[in-house]
This record gives sequence, C-alpha cells and structure tokens, in this order.
Amino acid sequence: MRIPVPPSSEITPPESFLRRRLLLAGGATLGGIGGPALATPLPSTRAAAWSIDDKPTPFSTMTSYGNFYEFGPDKDSPAKHAHRLRTRPWTLTVDGAVKTEKTFAIDDLLKWAPLEERIYRFRCVEGWSAVVPWIGFPFAELLKRVEITGNAKYVEFWSLADPGQMPYVRVPLLDWPYVEALRLDEAKHPLTLLALGMYGEVMPKQNGAPLRLIVPWKYGFKGAKSIVRVRFVEKQPATAWTKAAPDEYGFYSNVNPDVPHKRWSQSHERRLGEFRKRPTLPFNGYAEQVAGLYAGMDLRQNF
Amino acid sequence: MDHTPDSRQLGRIKAVLFALCLLPAGRLGWAAWSGDFGPNPVEFVQRWTGTWTFNLLLLTLCVTPLRSLTGLHWLARLRRMLGLFCFFYATLHFLAFVGFDHEFAVDAIARDILKRPFVTVGFAAFVLLVPLAATSSNRAIRWLGGRRWQDLHRAVYPVAILGCLHYLWLVKATALLWPIAYSAAVALLLGWRVREWRRKAIPVPRFPDAKPLKFFSRRPD
Repeated sequence: MRIPVPPSSEITPPESFLRRRLLLAGGATLGGIGGPALATPLPSTRAAAWSIDDKPTPFSTMTSYGNFYEFGPDKDSPAKHAHRLRTRPWTLTVDGAVKTEKTFAIDDLLKWAPLEERIYRFRCVEGWSAVVPWIGFPFAELLKRVEITGNAKYVEFWSLADPGQMPYVRVPLLDWPYVEALRLDEAKHPLTLLALGMYGEVMPKQNGAPLRLIVPWKYGFKGAKSIVRVRFVEKQPATAWTKAAPDEYGFYSNVNPDVPHKRWSQSHERRLGEFRKRPTLPFNGYAEQVAGLYAGMDLRQNF
Repeated sequence: MDHTPDSRQLGRIKAVLFALCLLPAGRLGWAAWSGDFGPNPVEFVQRWTGTWTFNLLLLTLCVTPLRSLTGLHWLARLRRMLGLFCFFYATLHFLAFVGFDHEFAVDAIARDILKRPFVTVGFAAFVLLVPLAATSSNRAIRWLGGRRWQDLHRAVYPVAILGCLHYLWLVKATALLWPIAYSAAVALLLGWRVREWRRKAIPVPRFPDAKPLKFFSRRPD
C-alpha cells in the first residue's frame, strides 16, 4: 500500500485550518453535547488509499449506539451520559519504557501531523459492524515525539476513569481504568490510527473524545476511548476485557471468522441498520496489510 | 374484596387486557411501518420479543398467587390469555432467531441449538410451550380431564427456569443485572408455590419416640 498523494482539490485551504483552530479553541465546550447541530467541524484530507468505498454508516447511528462502559452498560448509555465528559483541558501522558516521560496538551497534539480522513470497516466483537470515516493520523506520529527504550515491546492505552465525569466508573463492571494494549509492531502499523474526529467533526464525546485509538483489523473494544495515558511496557499486559472474561476475549482479538466467540459464531456480521448478515472477512478485510504481523502464529491459540 | 365481575364486565376486562397485550406487537408494527428499527434492527426485534415473552410468562405465573392473596378468583379467567400471549411472543422470538440469524437454514439452526447452551435451553423452553398452547381450549381440557391437563400445564415451571438460564447465559458478565432480576422474580413466584404445596400437604404424624418397625423373615408362630 502506497502513502497517498491527495489531489489538489482535496487539500484543505488554510482558511479552513485557521477556522478549525478557532473552533477548537472556542467550540470545545460545545463539542459532543448532542446532535449534529452542536458538533464542531474538523477539516481533514481524505486518504483514499487507506479508505474503503463502502457507504458510511449514518452519523446519527454511530453517535446513538455503542459501547462505552464508563458511561453505562447499554448501547444508548454513552449517548445519554457522555455529555458529562470534559474534553478541555486534556493531556496525554507518555511514560513507561521511554527515555523521558512526556505530557502533551491535546491542542498541541492536534497539530502533530496533517489530519487524514480514513473510511474504515469497524467490527464489534458482538457481531455488529459499521463503516466509519475517522479523522486522525497514524499512532506512529507519537513515536516520533518520544524516545522509547529497548524494553518497549507493548503499548498500553489508558482511558480516563474519573467517577465525577463517568458515572459507571463507580460500578465494578470492569477493572477500571480501561486499559487496552497492542504489540509494538501492531501499534506502529500505518493502519493504526489516533482518531480525533469522525464524519468531518470533532470526535463526539460518546465515541471517545477527544482522542481514541482505532485498530481496524481488530474487534472494536481494542480501540481505547478518551485516552489519557500511553505506557510502553516490556511484558504483554492484562487488558480490560481479557481480565473480565479470559476465555471470551483474547489479547490479540483480531477479527477472525474462523474463531467463534464462546456464545456466538464470528463467521458473519450485521452492519448497523441492516437485517441481513454478511460474511466477516479475515482481519476485517485488512489481511493484505496486516497478516504478515502474525506470520507463524497460531491464531486460534492467540485469539 | 369479593367483587366478582359479571360476564359482561369480564368480557370488557378481557378486551382491555387483549389490547394491552398487543401493544408490544404494535410497537414492532410501528417500526415496520415507519422503517425505523433503531441502529441495530435485528437486536431490537430479538430483545423486544424475548423481553415480552418473559414479561408475559411472569404475569401468567402471578395469577395464582394473586388469586390466593387477594381472593379475587375471577383473575384465573385471565390466565389463558396471558399464557397464549406469552406463546405468541415466544413464537415471534423464535421466528426472529430462525429468520434473521439463520435465514431459515435448517442445518445451521440445528447446529446452533446443539452447540450453544443458551440457544439449547431457549429452544427447549419454546418446545415445552407448544403443547401448553395447543391444549389451551376448553375442549382440550375436557378431552384431557382436569387432573391430567393440570399436570401437563405444570410444564410452565420448567419453562420459567429454562427461560432464566437462557437469559443468564446469553448476556456478558457485565450485563447480568436484568437476567438476575428476572430470575429473582421467577424464584419468588415458584418459591411461593413450593411453600403452598408444603403447607397444603397432608400432615404425617410424627412420634418422636417411635421405634423402627421390625420385620420378621419368617412368619411368627
């Protein structure tokens, strides 16, 4: 896969960029309160080579249906409660196996790299799926800004766990804070996205504002939301869902139609809004790009 | 509280109850008409029909305790309708499973029933409901005889227990609240019956100083 060169028609004019900065500065308090009317635009450039051609799932579907257990266990809990999340000020701390620990303000982080729009498949471990135009840049951009040591073999992504903003952090549904993790080479893969927005807008709160991870060839829960900390570690970490049910959710959790979940088959999926199932693709359709990461591994064992 | 509605009043009560029991189906009809089944249509239909099957099962099981506690014996005359609506929603639930999950492919349905414990118990509960629905008419009661009919219809108790297992096993560990609440309701309703049976059982006299009976291997002289 090549790094795409956008046609000049797709390059965002500087006025838009400047307007974006203004909106981000002033609109942060509005972002994600509710429907599209209050959403804040986040200009970006379509990365066609990294995108699929399928029609995106409606924005209203993606903002009203999802899992974000810090705001409650139901599919509509995030939409109901995420308005309590305060996304400014927001910092990201990078520590663990790094030469020097660093903390970045979210508004500086936004300027790290040109924002790309990538239309990815999204597959939830529960059997539903979606097509989402995410906005962000590869996680690899972070690695340009910190110096990791030789001990860094895995990367942990820590979600915020503030009971004042997230009512269900008081309830021991999961072992809070929500920590997800990737192997370092998975994190470095150009498909792995630090997402700051979707559908041309700043990331809605119920979808993991202001900063979340998207790993399109893995089940959705691997993409930690509302990230406050990235920690590099040497040993494979215990992650939130693996701790909760080790026989149901493995560390890798690559989308795999041949490895059923304990309670249902993963061979098919249902796109949100659709009645009929469609076959699930190995690595969620990204096998060409990522299968090499797992050469020689037994993916039934390492599910 | 000994007011018993006459047959006209009872007819009206039944008509109202019938309309109320149809409301959940009406919600599905509305979704079909407007095309708005929410973000995950199949999940919505399956949960909705499953939840209402269970709600009506609980209501059916409430009739006898309510009758006993309030003395309103005419409540028993509403039980058949509640039970049949339970079966109606169970059938919709089963159709949603075979239709949406497996597009009516018999081998895939059979595999799912055999392989997944929550499907196995759910299917077993549905199968047990079929003879109850089939023998709900007055003619069937006469044909079976009251006693045998009642014995057969006690199958609703295992159905309730299977329903609890179905619900408990299908959710993830973090979503056990509702399945536990429904199971607690079933435990309460069945527990009340167990207590009643014990209370009404013919008492066996006990003699604390009784010696065990002696049997002789040979006939005594």
